[in-house]
Amino acid sequence: MAAPRVYLDHNATTPILDVARAATNDALDLLGNPSSVHRFGAGARQIVDHARDQVAKLVGAKTSTVIFTSGGTEANNLAILGADRPVIVSAAEHDSVLAPSRISINGVTVVPVDGDGVIDLRALETMLATRPGALVSLMLANNETGVCQPIREAVALAREVGALVHCDAVQGPGKVPFDFDALGVDMLTVSAHKFGGPMGTGALVVRKGFYPSAQQVGGGQEGYRRAGTQNVPGIAGFGAAAQWWIENDIGLTVVMKLRDRLELACREFGATVFGADAERLPNTSCLTMPGVSSETQVMAFDLDGIAISAGSACSSGKVGPSHVLAAMGAPPELAASAIRVSLGWNTREDDIELLTAAWTALYRRKSPAPSTRLVS
Amino acid sequence: MTRQRAIYLDYQATTPLDPRALAAMRPFLEDHFGNPHSDHHGYGHDAATAVESSREEIASLIAADPREIIFTSGATESNNLAIKGAARFVENRRRHMVTVVTEHKCVLESVKSLETEGFSNTILPVRPNGLIDLDALDAAISDDTALVSVMGVNNEIGVVQRLHDIGQLCRARGVLFHTDCAQAAGKISLNVEEMAIDLMSISAHKMYGPKGIGALYVRRRPRVRLEPLFSGGGQERGIRSGTLPAFLCVGFGAAAAAAQQDMPAERVRLDGMHGRLRAGLLAIPGTTLNGDADQRWPGNLNVAFPGIDAQELLDALADDIAAATGSACTSAAVEPSYVLQAIGLDHAAAASAIRLGLGRQTTLEEIDAAASQIAGAVDALRVVARTSAD
Repeated sequence: MAAPRVYLDHNATTPILDVARAATNDALDLLGNPSSVHRFGAGARQIVDHARDQVAKLVGAKTSTVIFTSGGTEANNLAILGADRPVIVSAAEHDSVLAPSRISINGVTVVPVDGDGVIDLRALETMLATRPGALVSLMLANNETGVCQPIREAVALAREVGALVHCDAVQGPGKVPFDFDALGVDMLTVSAHKFGGPMGTGALVVRKGFYPSAQQVGGGQEGYRRAGTQNVPGIAGFGAAAQWWIENDIGLTVVMKLRDRLELACREFGATVFGADAERLPNTSCLTMPGVSSETQVMAFDLDGIAISAGSACSSGKVGPSHVLAAMGAPPELAASAIRVSLGWNTREDDIELLTAAWTALYRRKSPAPSTRLVS
Repeated sequence: MTRQRAIYLDYQATTPLDPRALAAMRPFLEDHFGNPHSDHHGYGHDAATAVESSREEIASLIAADPREIIFTSGATESNNLAIKGAARFVENRRRHMVTVVTEHKCVLESVKSLETEGFSNTILPVRPNGLIDLDALDAAISDDTALVSVMGVNNEIGVVQRLHDIGQLCRARGVLFHTDCAQAAGKISLNVEEMAIDLMSISAHKMYGPKGIGALYVRRRPRVRLEPLFSGGGQERGIRSGTLPAFLCVGFGAAAAAAQQDMPAERVRLDGMHGRLRAGLLAIPGTTLNGDADQRWPGNLNVAFPGIDAQELLDALADDIAAATGSACTSAAVEPSYVLQAIGLDHAAAASAIRLGLGRQTTLEEIDAAASQIAGAVDALRVVARTSAD
């Protein structure tokens, strides 16, 4: 296998930031359980508490509580199952929201999304009218398409009837500015490894006064909302990555220009860009290569040393049609030729030029145009 | 900044990271940053390969098949997953759980939380030595019993339950046997076949691996079926969703391999230190040992000093020794240990006990220093008590 040189799969995971690596490494050398009373425990506790403040600050949560978890999946499950209410979710949510919703004993209702992947607010309003005590769970931005949801508008509708709102903001930090307090949500999920922190840690941020019931019980850690010894080194790196983004609001206009350049080039050959007309993350592009399957593209680009993906990393083992694209009404044959390109803060012009060249070359080699028969 | 020169005698709370584990982890904090589930590209593939070889190392430690190892965020999650997962599995029609009064809080809480879902339970008592009575276990199991959960090594008093006998009994009675081996794995020899174990919880940071990672052994033959605790991308055979933290998995694997290698020699070393510390402390008038005198893990010593308030004792020793009155998870609580009360100590006696945890970095010099410092502090507190009584 050719050595990968170009990494364009930042929505799956990101390289770890130097500051986060240093903080994690330092904490790995430190002995102590944060729940222990003695000084070794106090040292570990200090790290966790400091990171808690940094994460709260990153998401703009002034008085809320940060519950550390093992990652975004656990945090989403905690929000959905811990709220113990009927759930309303969008059809484009991540599996870690959809799956617990389906098993929620209080029932689930799915809000449709339009062709651009944005939820139908009027449908939400109708659903809320008959489910006033529901929990609405909407993602800040979609992991496959980058399409953003109108969270504030949804919160306003939910408030009118006394419903709660959870926001899966895993794809938010480092990509789009947002603020927990301004959004007005009750719960919000973040994951460290999606913005330069280490894997294995995430958080559910909850509004002061509201607590989901613990799904993992035991010791009294995390205010009795999530038992288990905290992942101190991971949390240290999480906090450091959060701090980096607080201090380095680099803005992703450069990244967006690169992304747009790629899309422009591919569109010339008939590529479809999903969610192009909606408000989108600046780093994400979900685009098709007419007549060439996603798998063919992923493998070919990998041989070229370019890492992209066919959709969500979690489900990339089981290659099936994307539920997100299906919810947007994309015809199956179109969805089957879609790839996700997700740029990062370290993506350079050269990277996009390489992908554009590789994309064009593959298109010329594989696309059966003018017919649109699928090549696999 | 806290001073960390004190002697660390709290190896049941957490252990220092093994240098071999740290060395194995470092590369995965550098450039091998792929998502192990994105194995269609080089970055993800490297991470996935490393995770799988770690799985093999962990399996080897307990004589399991790598496919039987499910990574979790730690033993608390493993215990929750094993107990609730087995109970909630849709084809499980049995509605009774059996566990032991001295189990870790996360086992007891998991069993109790199932009451709201229609499961009854039997919480077995222990004998004064901390061990369960097999006849009592046999009597507690009914046709409606789904699972028995008994820990390997107790986190507070260090006693080692007879896993082999318990496993065979459960197998004969046709119930699942889960064991919380957070304090046992990497320390005592464990064999899931010989011990007839169906589910086993392991924690990396209790065996010189990193925090934030653990595992649940889930038997394949006959297959043990679990309902996931949380769901999503369907990783870990659908039993445990979420991106696997490759660097933590790798550190866990390396720690498991190191523990397997070091186990016999470390046991001998700890036996020697345990004997010396125990003799030193039992020489303090009135001191009693908690838990069975012989059937125990030598890395643990739990002793009571009648008339002494254990927290006052630890406070007096705080500059020199880091130890605990019991489980770290509940150490903020003022209530004396439920484990000590379960083995027959009254409230006052339980409140006079401390737990000393020994491990790989503990030295004979530290043991001798600790014994004399504890003796001195106990003596000083008793003088104060006598003086104020006068």
